[in-house]
Amino acid sequence: MLCEKEFKNPKDAETVLEKIRELSALTGPVRLMEICGTHTMAIARSGLKTVLPDSVRLLSGPGCPVCVTPANVIDMILDLSQTPGVLITSYGDLLRVPGSRQGDNLLSRRALGGNVESVYSPMDAIRIAQEHPELEVVFLGVGFETTAPGTGACVLEASRLGLENFSVLCLLKKTEPALRSLIEAEDFSVNGFLCPGHVAAVIGSGAFSFLPEDYGLPGVVAGFEPADLLYSVLSLMQMLAAKQPELKNEYTRLVKPEGNPAALTIMDKVFRPAVSDWRGLGRIEGSGFALREEYSPWDAWRKFSLHLPDEKEIPGCRCAQVIRGVLSPSDCPLFRTVCSPENPVGPCMVSGEGACAAAFQYGISL
Amino acid sequence: MCLAMPMKIKTIDGQSAGCEAGGLTHNIRIDFIQDAKPGDYVMVHAGFAIEKMSEKEALENLELLEEIKNAL
Repeated sequence: MLCEKEFKNPKDAETVLEKIRELSALTGPVRLMEICGTHTMAIARSGLKTVLPDSVRLLSGPGCPVCVTPANVIDMILDLSQTPGVLITSYGDLLRVPGSRQGDNLLSRRALGGNVESVYSPMDAIRIAQEHPELEVVFLGVGFETTAPGTGACVLEASRLGLENFSVLCLLKKTEPALRSLIEAEDFSVNGFLCPGHVAAVIGSGAFSFLPEDYGLPGVVAGFEPADLLYSVLSLMQMLAAKQPELKNEYTRLVKPEGNPAALTIMDKVFRPAVSDWRGLGRIEGSGFALREEYSPWDAWRKFSLHLPDEKEIPGCRCAQVIRGVLSPSDCPLFRTVCSPENPVGPCMVSGEGACAAAFQYGISL
Repeated sequence: MCLAMPMKIKTIDGQSAGCEAGGLTHNIRIDFIQDAKPGDYVMVHAGFAIEKMSEKEALENLELLEEIKNAL
């Protein structure tokens, strides 16, 4: 009904690849970055990297929300999980992310008696709070603009219900300030971006126009099926060859130029821009979301008087450079040697959407 | 956590909807979807529908891919 087969099996794939090859002769070596964990996995699964010309490299940027959450934030959450009466609720892949000590994560804390529960949706955390008035339920609000509206809707729901034993530890992040920081860094060397389709579904494809307008970089808002990815790469190569950078929307079946107004309204109602710390990018002004003053009863930062401990890097871990696209997973000395999905050292190997996990699982060295 | 999937709305109760995909059913929220009705397809992300999808838009998207291929 939604033509899923057509998107999963790209029509004329060989013709498109031939065009990409021809264009690569004009462009020279090209580095294209995606900034979405789902793109990381979709590209790995599709095998796209293995069929593109060697001179066209696809890199993963700071798009995995678990990976960009720094170790000191995890350390703070681990401490909170030991507070009597507190139940930490979180999307599953955050549970295995270590803090600054290897192997110390929410799952191991649960084994030691900490109250930790995995949830699919923040609404599940609301339900748990209703069923367990004796517990202080804290939802770990990680993610980008795709998860922000749902987290905001839950804060509104908690407010409507007068739910006093529920709060959100807001760690939500904004895409644009992080991209600007990445692009303005000295070691930036990317020629174009595959922009995150589901973030754009919320904030609109127009929200990425700053790429060509401010930085002369082409961008394509891309979907997640093999045809979306293949044709989006072709579109980027066309713009690079013609030296005419624009922002294009390939994912028109979902993404509108203005985004989803209802989701944007809820985000704006509940959140204000705030400073945020990123693994790999450091502290960036205005790159995070914080709960507005009127929703402070549901703000876990305030409720538990939380303060970030000093940042501590995991010794030897190169996740910070992998997140910026400066190093590939295989450039990290720990990759495959001591760091694996069974025994992950850094978040890029922990998360199902991390660049290292994708490279390990699908045997990609690029 | 960022994995989204298209689902079909079966039933609606206020801001909640019973959705189906691949034989599985799940309750999701439709706070951000205007005029949702049973039979609509939505893209679901972490328990919330983030946008509606239609067959017409999917077909237009396929035409766009054809245009990209034929450009230059």
